Amino acid sequence: MMQKTLFDKIWEAHEVNQLDDGSSVFYIDQHYIHEVTSPQAFSGLRQRGVEVFRPKQTIATADHNVPTQNQHLPIKDPASAAQLLTLSQNCSEFGVSLFDLEHKWNGIVHVIGPELGLTQPGMTVVCGDSHTSTHGAFGAIAFGIGTSEVEMVLASQALMLNKPKSMKIEVKGDLNPGVSAKDLALYLISELGTDGGTGYFVEYCGSAIRKLSMESRMTLCNMSIEMGARGGLIQADEITFDYLKDLEFTPKGEEFDNMLERWRELKTDEGALFDISYSFDADHILPMITWGTNPGMAIPLNSTIPDPVRSDGSPHKEFLSAMNYMDLAGGESMLGKPIDYVFLGSCTNGRIEDLREFAKYVKGHKKADTVTVWIVPGSRKVMEQAISEGIEDALQLAGFELREPGCSACLAMNEDKIPPGKYCVSTSNRNFEGRQGPGSRTFLASPKTAALAAINGWIAV
Amino acid sequence: MSFNPIKRIVSPAVLLPLDHVDTDQIIPARFLKATSREGFGKHLFSSWRYQKNEEPDPEFVLNGKNGKGEILLVGENFGCGSSREHAAWALHDYGFRVVVAKSFADIFRGNAMNNGIVPVELKLAEHEELLNYIRKNPEAELMLDLPSETIQVKGSDKLKFNFVINPFRKECLTMGTDLVDSLITRKEEISQFEQNRKQK
Ligand code: SF4
Repeated sequence: MMQKTLFDKIWEAHEVNQLDDGSSVFYIDQHYIHEVTSPQAFSGLRQRGVEVFRPKQTIATADHNVPTQNQHLPIKDPASAAQLLTLSQNCSEFGVSLFDLEHKWNGIVHVIGPELGLTQPGMTVVCGDSHTSTHGAFGAIAFGIGTSEVEMVLASQALMLNKPKSMKIEVKGDLNPGVSAKDLALYLISELGTDGGTGYFVEYCGSAIRKLSMESRMTLCNMSIEMGARGGLIQADEITFDYLKDLEFTPKGEEFDNMLERWRELKTDEGALFDISYSFDADHILPMITWGTNPGMAIPLNSTIPDPVRSDGSPHKEFLSAMNYMDLAGGESMLGKPIDYVFLGSCTNGRIEDLREFAKYVKGHKKADTVTVWIVPGSRKVMEQAISEGIEDALQLAGFELREPGCSACLAMNEDKIPPGKYCVSTSNRNFEGRQGPGSRTFLASPKTAALAAINGWIAV
Repeated sequence: MSFNPIKRIVSPAVLLPLDHVDTDQIIPARFLKATSREGFGKHLFSSWRYQKNEEPDPEFVLNGKNGKGEILLVGENFGCGSSREHAAWALHDYGFRVVVAKSFADIFRGNAMNNGIVPVELKLAEHEELLNYIRKNPEAELMLDLPSETIQVKGSDKLKFNFVINPFRKECLTMGTDLVDSLITRKEEISQFEQNRKQK
């Protein structure tokens, strides 16, 4: 029999049918929706006069467009309020469960799905959001879709897709102390490029990956889209099963044991072929930071911004335009660069492990006076855990405040916007021009680097 | 979503030959609060198109004399980043029906086809040839012929290039239908699949 990859196995198990042109009718197990990319899909259903086909397999949350303070008060911005109201009306009309603002399970869609046990190994998971790749950390095929596709899943629990090519990324050895999954992700994107993964689905493997916690695996898989890949997955193992046990939506007792048996079989066969394979040594990887306007423009923290002139003397136009936007120059060092804002949060680094890490480095210090810091938990559960673990107290002592959950300054749809021209060290995933607010300048980095910047007022190690 | 069927499009090309244009540039997040699909065209490329005082920036191509047309020519990895379909809606609302690129980001490509926009991926050399020609002849018209999967400078068979599009998607674009309808007709098949899976 032909050896198969984990991706092949999950893919084949979800093919309803193969069509003549080579595409597949592809079954979706778990569908998540949020307020920004779903309204037009529901209107589509209404226009066609169809119901949601499997309402139990869709879960809704309010996250992109929500305030991160005083969530108990009415929302000030009328357009945001209307969008959230539309979500709740759509959910009740079509019978979809919604974890609305202040619900104990509310939070960023890619934080709550995993922490509630809704995302499980072997599943197919989609959401109208590109960072759905996060859920691949559980050994699931998870990817972002557009609103028309949201409508397809609502209407039929299926999509029509062409199977992507497969890419293997092996990371051998051990990550150095102080190097996080975020550094690893930025390193891989800087090596492979922001379109290095286009057309591919990635499997991450190797000893450095196996040792990552579930939170770290989610950070890594989350950033797969930033190299253009549709998604990235990691074979489930004991770390995955321990994490999943006893969560709200994971099967319990005997049913869990039965699932475990099936989950343990979900792995890439020895000798299975990938369309392309890369291998990296973990000990080459250092703490990373971005200097430019896409996540691939990343360098080790202690190195300098690259020269915008190529070795053949020709100008590197993209670098020049990024440097112009960021007001930085080739050869400049990142260390010591003064910054104005720090954002800890997002579906990349808004989990409890990230808050713990941030708190660890700010403990016993004071927030720098020159810096505004937003600490935004990825979910209400994360927020509550941070309070019960004493993280909030430690943060307050150091002069920081814990806000309420949401996407916040990751995409700046709410009032959490970085002002024009200001520099922000951000644990989110995109440093595109204007991503964190018109004219904002973003340095993507790990929670540790964010913490050190928050207490120093500049980029530090 | 229904759109006008596309078979042949003849139009001058609007040039934005940048690489890695992400969906935050095509339509920034602050415009995503709407709950309908209409009206995004005025925000297309907003940060580049308008100055700080919200006046049109005369330097930006859409505000110039060659800024209107049904065909947009871009560089590589167009539409990377967010999955927001608002990017496709904004392009369509502005009037674009065809985007010619060296390459597209995966999600954008799908979103485009679901909204009556033909993504045309050309080989690097051909892309360059076309771009150079239009730079020299900005008034030249391009002609897309979807059934034959070709795009050419109108009247020049020398500057005529093939591209590839999934046959089923091509059919949808030429008929003006979308995949939602097609999937709805398959619900029985999908239910059967669910049944079989339970028994395993
Ligand atoms: S945190 Fe950022 S990347 Fe994640 S879902 Fe929200 S907006 Fe998207």
